[in-house]
Amino acid sequence: MSGVHVSTTVNGDAVEFVCPGGESLLDVLRNRLGLTGAKEGCGTGDCGACSVTLDGQLVCSCLVLGAEVEGREVNTVEGMAEGNRLHPLQRQFLDNAALQCGICTPGFLVAAKALLDENPNPTETEIRYALAGNLCRCTGYDKIVRAVDAAAKDLRREAKRKARQKSK
Amino acid sequence: MTQVNYKAPTTTKEASRLMAKAKGSAFLLAGGTDLLVRMKSGLIDPDLIVDIKRIPATQSIKKNDGKYVIGAGVPCVALGKNKGLVKAWPGVVEAANLIGSDQIQGRCTMVGNLCNASPAADSVPALVAARAKAVIVGPKGRRTIPVEKVVTGPGTTSLKKGEVIESIKLPERGARSADAYLRFIPRTEMDIAVCSAGVNLTLGAKGIIKQARVALGAVAPTVILVPAAARALVGKQLDDAVLAKVAAACEIACAPIDDKRGTVEFRTEVAGVLARRAATIAYQRAGGKL
Repeated sequence: MSGVHVSTTVNGDAVEFVCPGGESLLDVLRNRLGLTGAKEGCGTGDCGACSVTLDGQLVCSCLVLGAEVEGREVNTVEGMAEGNRLHPLQRQFLDNAALQCGICTPGFLVAAKALLDENPNPTETEIRYALAGNLCRCTGYDKIVRAVDAAAKDLRREAKRKARQKSK
Repeated sequence: MTQVNYKAPTTTKEASRLMAKAKGSAFLLAGGTDLLVRMKSGLIDPDLIVDIKRIPATQSIKKNDGKYVIGAGVPCVALGKNKGLVKAWPGVVEAANLIGSDQIQGRCTMVGNLCNASPAADSVPALVAARAKAVIVGPKGRRTIPVEKVVTGPGTTSLKKGEVIESIKLPERGARSADAYLRFIPRTEMDIAVCSAGVNLTLGAKGIIKQARVALGAVAPTVILVPAAARALVGKQLDDAVLAKVAAACEIACAPIDDKRGTVEFRTEVAGVLARRAATIAYQRAGGKL
């Protein structure tokens, strides 16, 4: 057997796969694990359509080898919704029409989540800088930035409500 | 594409051994932000990839006797999150944090930036100005060399077969010392330097500069040190006359190429301007008053 055997965690589930040593994590996710949310735009780390998190760190999955994720934690856009309940970012992308063709959307969602996990109250400039690694050729970005800002508000409200419930 | 043999050793010695005995084309993998692009574009077709990120020594930022040791596998994003490092070496950190998007920052490393050996590598002028050293593990044991001795030309290094850079060492930081890095790109971020400058200063009494190092990027086949610019700074308080001499010395040291990013004339002039501005920032960070 010439492949590499890898045990890892994807969206909280234990996953095993065998892949050639030179295969990208993006190809593993799409072709071996059936997770086609991450897209190949450029394949060279310029467009961000393949964004996932690796041990919580935002990365381009086209620039990670599948073999590298042994024992790590991978999170993709497929892990964002809870069952049928969309993540606030996903809801706000829909409400704000922050997508047209949709190829870049999973990458934007993952990158925006990584931003809000670290900075729950970003300024517009911070949102634009944080999403600079994601290219969109349809929207002109404004609607995406507005959707992220609105989702950040939703998440802050949710966090406040949870805190209040806890104190009761 | 040939079948790639992927190895992830847990010691630098083992990584060195794997690289030394490799028969075909073998490559070290740190962040992979250059290596995987080169594989994808067909520029290289590795038989062996040795991933250094499972080696504990490559994974940490440590401070020993006041000296920072940064592992070869530490992603640049981690440098900006280390408050002590940012305080001691703001120029090195700002240079490393200029590389690529957040996605790239999460993977790219300073040692990868160094060994990719691009004349426009952002972190290298700052490291050279900082007197950084590369800790190398090879078949003949360990050796430590100044960072400016690693790159020998575009895409080439002085590393011998089987040699692996384990970490970058920064010298002890005294009081009233600071560095700064600036680059010119035609947009606000995420681009390759047209030219760049790193300046590292230590001040004495009354804001007089005691030590200075000035390094330029993307104006020669490798990052260059400009001793004449440093000489213009040492023994002086920073003022316009001194800064004019710094810029002039930098312009003389430039030997750039014409390409789509910039002409020889443009690079030469802007390198002088950047050195002047970086010196001003470093001087103020070190507590100097203008």
